Amino acid sequence: MKYIKTLNKNKLTDNISSKGCGECQTSCQSACKTSCTVGNQKCEK
Amino acid sequence: MVHVFNVKDLYFAVDTHSGLVHVLDKIVYDLLTDEIFKEENKYRNLYDTYGETSIKEALTEIQYLIDNNMLYTQDMDHESKIQPVIKAMCLNMTHDCNLRCRYCFASQGTYKGEKAYLSFETGKKAFNYLVKNSGKRRNLEVDFFGGEPLMNFETIKKLVDYGRSLEKEYNKHFRFTITTNGLLLDEEKTDYINENMDNVVLSLDGRKEINDKMRKTVKGTGSYDLIIDKYKKFISKRGKKDYFIRGTFTSNNPDFSEDVKHLREAGFDKISLEPVVAKPEEAYALKEEHVDVLKKEYEKLAEYYIESNKDKNKSFQFFHFNIELDGGPCIYKRSVGCGAGTEYVAVTPSGDFYPCHQFVGEEEFIIGNVDEGITNHLIVEKLKNVSVYDKPACRACWAKYFCSGGCHANAYNFNKDFSIPYGVGCELEKKRVELSIYIKAMMSQ
Repeated sequence: MKYIKTLNKNKLTDNISSKGCGECQTSCQSACKTSCTVGNQKCEK
Repeated sequence: MVHVFNVKDLYFAVDTHSGLVHVLDKIVYDLLTDEIFKEENKYRNLYDTYGETSIKEALTEIQYLIDNNMLYTQDMDHESKIQPVIKAMCLNMTHDCNLRCRYCFASQGTYKGEKAYLSFETGKKAFNYLVKNSGKRRNLEVDFFGGEPLMNFETIKKLVDYGRSLEKEYNKHFRFTITTNGLLLDEEKTDYINENMDNVVLSLDGRKEINDKMRKTVKGTGSYDLIIDKYKKFISKRGKKDYFIRGTFTSNNPDFSEDVKHLREAGFDKISLEPVVAKPEEAYALKEEHVDVLKKEYEKLAEYYIESNKDKNKSFQFFHFNIELDGGPCIYKRSVGCGAGTEYVAVTPSGDFYPCHQFVGEEEFIIGNVDEGITNHLIVEKLKNVSVYDKPACRACWAKYFCSGGCHANAYNFNKDFSIPYGVGCELEKKRVELSIYIKAMMSQ
């Protein structure tokens, strides 16, 4: 691509059937306690 | 859904439903803005600026992304596969505090009630409930919270031992965290916490004059000088384990990037500084009228962050600028929200369960207790049905998979409705996500 560079390699919709284990951290337990941010968490799989 | 934006001379498109983030040349940004690429009579106007050949090349690239589900990816309701079970607890170890912070959501620790301390027996019952009701989830999280949890330190130690004793039998792993104001930190507690807690949240607001305006001792004096050296010692012994210096900014310090700088220069390299959430009538509240100034301040902070992170010795993490574009949570997690009341409960010294710490003291939100488990299914059902697909404002928002719909307590406190998110919080969150993406792009150059 000449005009567009994509930052990520994976789509949220990739391999969707293997997702959803629920082992990830509860978002409010991290450092905030007053907001909800999941975009900065990691997948535990 | 596509969100196009720029920060300085970098241009971006976020394709909401695939989660892809594209860095654009200005020509593509101009074509995507207001979707003028869809109408020849509109994009022809750009021929003078870019030339017909370049416009046609750019259109071909846009079409390639669309054809490959990388742009304008279709919206889908991802019916959650996650069967929620309680896997995380916020243990209010005390309803008492040794500070009197003016903005405290917990009424200076007592949550509008009497002073109280969580007993070992109540904590044991809470842990028993957790291991027996967390289904197949192996990782369980317990945050020792308050009030000030270090005022009940001996019980914390007993509970950590008790939690560890349950792990093998139930095939679970406890992750312990603690949120403290640091006043009671001494060598023994420092060593214990560093050994046993996976994460530590240390409260401090930044510059001394800013911190001391809100974070007062019982006598009404500032707390900064009593705490800063304890934190420095604590961090020097923390090694590589997680921690955050966690502050709050208010309308007193819209120049909060100076507080982040102050904390960094004091030697802390994991920093979270969050906007206060307060009723509009409070003098220190952040309101709609502050949003533009705060957005500009986040921009300033982003530049400081990028500059600092060029140098290993000055680099640091800012919690809200961390973003996982590839290794982040799946779409199911991103759609269901924070898990309050469905995956997460707060436990009070009397053993009551609330959906989260923010609801404690509002008795209509008691959803159960350590003896009977969840009893108020009406509230839990309501909380199960506030995914990003259930909230009109979130459904239409490009950032929904970054915040997962925001804080339920804030939604309720401001709008008396779980399904209407807290607007000021949304505006700031969107700005932080844009800047996190900008930072990612700048740092990958």
